[in-house]
Amino acid sequence: MEHGSFSDHTKSTFSLTDEDHTLANAVRFSLNQDPRVTFSGYSIPHPSDNKVNIRIQTTGDLAADVLKDACQDLMLMCQHVRSTFDKAVVDFKMSER
Amino acid sequence: MAGRGVKQQTMSESTLETETETETETGTESESSSVDPKGGGGLRWLEKLSDVPMGKLPPHLEFQRTHVECKADAPLHTDTIQYSGAYASLGVDNSVRMDSFCDNFRVEVMRLTEDDMEFDMIGIDPALANAFRRILISEVPTMAIERVLIANNTSVVQDEVLAHRLGLIPINVDPRLFEFAGNNTPNEKNTIVFKLHVRRKPNEPSSVKSNELIWSPKGSEFLLASEDSKSADTSSKPRTYTSFTCRQDSLPEFSNNAIKVMENILIAKLGPGQEIELEAHAVKGIGKTHAKWSPVATAWYRMLPEVVLLQEVEDEAAEELKAKCPVGVFDIEDIGKGRKRATVARPRGCTLCRECIRGGQQWEDRVSLRRRKNHFIFNIESTGALPPEVLFTEAVKILEDKCERVIADLS
Ligand code: SF4
Repeated sequence: MEHGSFSDHTKSTFSLTDEDHTLANAVRFSLNQDPRVTFSGYSIPHPSDNKVNIRIQTTGDLAADVLKDACQDLMLMCQHVRSTFDKAVVDFKMSER
Repeated sequence: MAGRGVKQQTMSESTLETETETETETGTESESSSVDPKGGGGLRWLEKLSDVPMGKLPPHLEFQRTHVECKADAPLHTDTIQYSGAYASLGVDNSVRMDSFCDNFRVEVMRLTEDDMEFDMIGIDPALANAFRRILISEVPTMAIERVLIANNTSVVQDEVLAHRLGLIPINVDPRLFEFAGNNTPNEKNTIVFKLHVRRKPNEPSSVKSNELIWSPKGSEFLLASEDSKSADTSSKPRTYTSFTCRQDSLPEFSNNAIKVMENILIAKLGPGQEIELEAHAVKGIGKTHAKWSPVATAWYRMLPEVVLLQEVEDEAAEELKAKCPVGVFDIEDIGKGRKRATVARPRGCTLCRECIRGGQQWEDRVSLRRRKNHFIFNIESTGALPPEVLFTEAVKILEDKCERVIADLS
């Protein structure tokens, strides 16, 4: 669901269905951390629509690629959070005993 | 000339230069000031001027980036600065690279019980912490009663109210063992059936508690209406509201692990002679659809409070400060000669009620209330389906799945 211009793929709006602030805000965070991004933001056009629009403008890379990388980064972060959390829980249970 | 010499001297003191350098600068003042601008490391003093970009934020900006400051009227610097180029003009890269995230991210478990946990998440952006919280509340699936077949209800509680009350009872079963039913016929993989049949004798009014919901592992026992009317000559098994292919308690995961609901929850009150007979079918769902599927009673976080005394608070003022705080953040210590001084003993307990900075400017000058923007005290209270630590891991996995779906959509 990419809506961009045909000539310039460095600026695009992506419309994700069945998503809300949960993913959009997290992705916006990860996009903003990317130095290739000049602008990123998201909006939910109507609260009773199940969709969210994410706008990306880049310094020259394809917006779709940048979004993909942002999701990839987010996934890696999640994996790290999960392993760190699991380790902390195991450590805590050990120390309780 | 002399003026600059003095400046160099203070610079070297404040930045703790090596001893020899300090000596040359302070010892032979006239010489150093004439040699320095051209000499080898002489330009280093320039770099140490406070407004020259050195790849590090000046302290006040760094403070604004990492802390929310709570003043008596309003909090300051509440936004998080996410944009990677926010400090580009200062020569500071604000992007978070994976390796620096991994180095800095920490989790510390504070409390962990069967259904309740508190942990600190340090070095993470609120965008992520909030995503986890939202997923915990509305997207981690559980089982809850969705369809109630009422055969008889002579109690004062109306059918629909009764059904709603049943729906909100937490079911202590691992939802990962079940599938989403969707439009499939109810079977042993997606439905749990409970029976409730209570009848009170005359002169025996009483309450009906959730303990009386009995798991029925072989599925529904009520016949489909169409079956009832047909003649009973068909030898095949009569069709009921569920089509289980086997008994649920023959499945390995439930064989010696009966499914129970949370006990001691009041469902209805029965008068003498009143009766309730019903079947309740539980299915898998998420909190977004209805709060009964939410696996947590609450999931919430707060930023770590920091309470700093900007001045020495002594004697009566110290007593007053200690009395002001309703949660006992401050303590009093003796500093001899009968004098007392206030100390910050338990900043973590601070609820940020701002009581301690009310009562005039002098209090705002004494105490500074802050919150760390990337240190979260995260609390999870489970309703009993899964332990809280498992809920959190599940929530993180769900966020990963969402990302994966977007990547798949784009490729
Ligand atoms: S803000 Fe409230 S809880 Fe926090 S230190 Fe001040 S008085 Fe105590």
